[in-house]
Amino acid sequence: MSLLATPRDAGYRSGPDRARNGAGRGIRRGEAAAGWLFMLPVLVILGVFLLVPVLMALWVSFSDWSGRGSPLSSGVGFVGLDNYAAVTTGGGLAERDFGIALRNNTWYVLLVVPLQTALALFLAVLVNRAVLRGRGVFRTAFYFPSVTSSVAITVLWLFLFSTSGVVNTVLARVGIAGPNWFNDPSGVLHNLLGALGLRTGPDALTQHGFLGVTWWDWLAGPSVAMSAFVLMAIFTTSGTFMLLFVAGLQNIAPEVEEAAMVDGAGAWQRFWRITLPQLKPTLFTVLTLGLIGCWQVFDQIYTGTQGGPGKTTLTPAYLSYQSAFLSQDWGQGAAIAFILFVIIVLLTILQRWILRERPDVPRRARRGGPNPHPNPDRTTEADR
Amino acid sequence: MTRPISRHLAGAGAVLVAGALVLTGCGGSGFADEPAAQDDAAADSLTSSDDPLSILIGSSGDAETDAVTEAVAAWSEESGVDAEVQVASDLPQQLSQGFAAGSPPDLFYLAPEAIAGYADNGSLQAYGDLLANKDDFYPSLVENFTVDDTFYCAPKDFSTLGLVINTQLWEDAGLTDADVPTTWDELSDVAKTLTTDDQVGLSFGAEYQRVGTFMAQAGGGLVVDGAPAADSAGSVEGLEYVQSHLEDGTFAYAADLGAGWGGEALGKGLAAMVIEGNWVTGALTNDFPDIEYTVAELPAGPAGPGTLQFTNCWGMAADSPNQEAALSLVEHLTSAEQQLAFSEAFGPMPSSQSAAADWTSANPDLTAFLDGAAYAQFPPNWAGTTDVITDLNSQLESLRSGDVATILGTAQSNLEAIAE
Repeated sequence: MSLLATPRDAGYRSGPDRARNGAGRGIRRGEAAAGWLFMLPVLVILGVFLLVPVLMALWVSFSDWSGRGSPLSSGVGFVGLDNYAAVTTGGGLAERDFGIALRNNTWYVLLVVPLQTALALFLAVLVNRAVLRGRGVFRTAFYFPSVTSSVAITVLWLFLFSTSGVVNTVLARVGIAGPNWFNDPSGVLHNLLGALGLRTGPDALTQHGFLGVTWWDWLAGPSVAMSAFVLMAIFTTSGTFMLLFVAGLQNIAPEVEEAAMVDGAGAWQRFWRITLPQLKPTLFTVLTLGLIGCWQVFDQIYTGTQGGPGKTTLTPAYLSYQSAFLSQDWGQGAAIAFILFVIIVLLTILQRWILRERPDVPRRARRGGPNPHPNPDRTTEADR
Repeated sequence: MTRPISRHLAGAGAVLVAGALVLTGCGGSGFADEPAAQDDAAADSLTSSDDPLSILIGSSGDAETDAVTEAVAAWSEESGVDAEVQVASDLPQQLSQGFAAGSPPDLFYLAPEAIAGYADNGSLQAYGDLLANKDDFYPSLVENFTVDDTFYCAPKDFSTLGLVINTQLWEDAGLTDADVPTTWDELSDVAKTLTTDDQVGLSFGAEYQRVGTFMAQAGGGLVVDGAPAADSAGSVEGLEYVQSHLEDGTFAYAADLGAGWGGEALGKGLAAMVIEGNWVTGALTNDFPDIEYTVAELPAGPAGPGTLQFTNCWGMAADSPNQEAALSLVEHLTSAEQQLAFSEAFGPMPSSQSAAADWTSANPDLTAFLDGAAYAQFPPNWAGTTDVITDLNSQLESLRSGDVATILGTAQSNLEAIAE
């Protein structure tokens, strides 16, 4: 219909006019239908492959579905929060496994997220310097691990960190007896404390616990095996985040930096007070992506250790798979997945709150400054 | 101004689309269909149709795939029923998907630890009592695949653990055939003799599936006579024996030697003796063809001989449309003659007692494995056993510095929680 409209009509219809006419009349009335038509493929694909499966998984987490036939069939009963209770307060093996998985993944996140962000930023600053020769080569080299399949990298890592592998050989050269990386379940912090003579924790820590794991075991730190995975995550993802930081750095107007130079700021000061604050939106993106990726770690575990040694590389994502597919506890598997989802959302909100724009910061003027980078914080404030 | 409205519209649209998908896309494909109720009484009413059979196997390699494919093709030609063998890359996951979708393979490899879970949700067709060759299987294997007094599926073959000795290292240490250990004390002695700076006497994986033999030899085990016995005196004695020798360095876990498993430790000369099963022969031939070895029965402990058996069965799906043909195929695949052919192709021992004599004459060096069948223990096949054993294994890895009573106490309470 709109094809028949004159250009003048189309050009001069204004917003309020449209609102008054309502959706059903006027020359633009066909547009909504056309819009829906064009959106249909995406809606169908998202619906079939994302929304419906997520809703079904949510239902499974509240049901006693046993893995045979459809979860929506009439034989499947609603059991309320039973599955969630089994993994959080059940007192049995399921609760302890979930506690161990959370412990492992918490240490993994605590180490990987800050370290990979710092390394990515460091690399970005390095390759962003105009004076560096062969910048392209370095960028490609740093980015290379990110485009390699995580399964391939895991296999590589298993070889590198085997008992008689390259890493231990190099360590032996400098006189260090390397650990038995992927077979060593001992916690790094426990080992450090052990070296100081503290081998068993105080009763206050060993007698009480959370999710079936004593506080002393929560404080074990990542196992030696998990540390190898930590190193791998830092190695593989730093390149990706370096790219984001490079993009952010190139959006920073050089004038601001020059102004700071004129004011007599040194390189270190300029980085902390000029560059880093302007990278805040990028930092938020990197931290959020890093946080989400780290809590969902699965393929390394699946191809590498399957949770061993001593369950110290068990993660909630892998535990969810294991409960559902291997132990036929589909409800518990789905429940773990949704608890993980809540954890990720809460932590992202927390991190967003920490990185929020503080109104009392005196350098407000830079809001109007040349920063074309989309700022998530600002968008929220506008929406509110 | 129009933004909120369009958002509402988008939300409503998404819900509508999703709802429509649930109703149309999923309704037609049997999603809402009730799985047909199967109970034991209906066991003799197997389904029958002209549908071709699909067989899902978790193969150890080309040799096994080819052998099974060939055997199925031969049956297919004889019976006139089409059958196709597929190799799973991740058997439990693919099986679970098949059961959930209502289109599982008709026949598949099924491990004893998975049987209870699938039997509980009605995915399995119990057909054991219908087999013509039912009485030919070893009783302990039949027991391994019996859940709630129902014999579910035919054991396809089995393996036991034995003491595999590197002949060269054995002779280098001045030992002869007469020194092959038959008791724990003798084992301690030869392990000490064989331990040098470069090698340990005895090695095995850090898991119940190896260490459990010592528990069995001391009269313990995870389950004895149908009751959890993880913290029984025998189990404790067995683990303490292992622990003492891990401490004095004459025993070592394969992983601590830098080997992936016992066979690798033996092949690389890191250990003079290992505890492994029938599969070690094929692996040594492939990876370490120059290694000479002999296989002996595991030494007896204070309560007599003990070993563990490992087996799989031919699971049959309750949703299979052609169970009668599947039953006939299983009878073909588990016949003594066919199992001997499988054994020659890829290693494990026939589950039929009538094949024992032929197998022994074909494998005179490996009879120790078959002799173990007489007294082999097996892990319980209760639902949830896998988790209990995984948990136990995670603690056995640190057995050397761990407390035996604590380790077994945890296993015991976990077992009691799932005991039937």
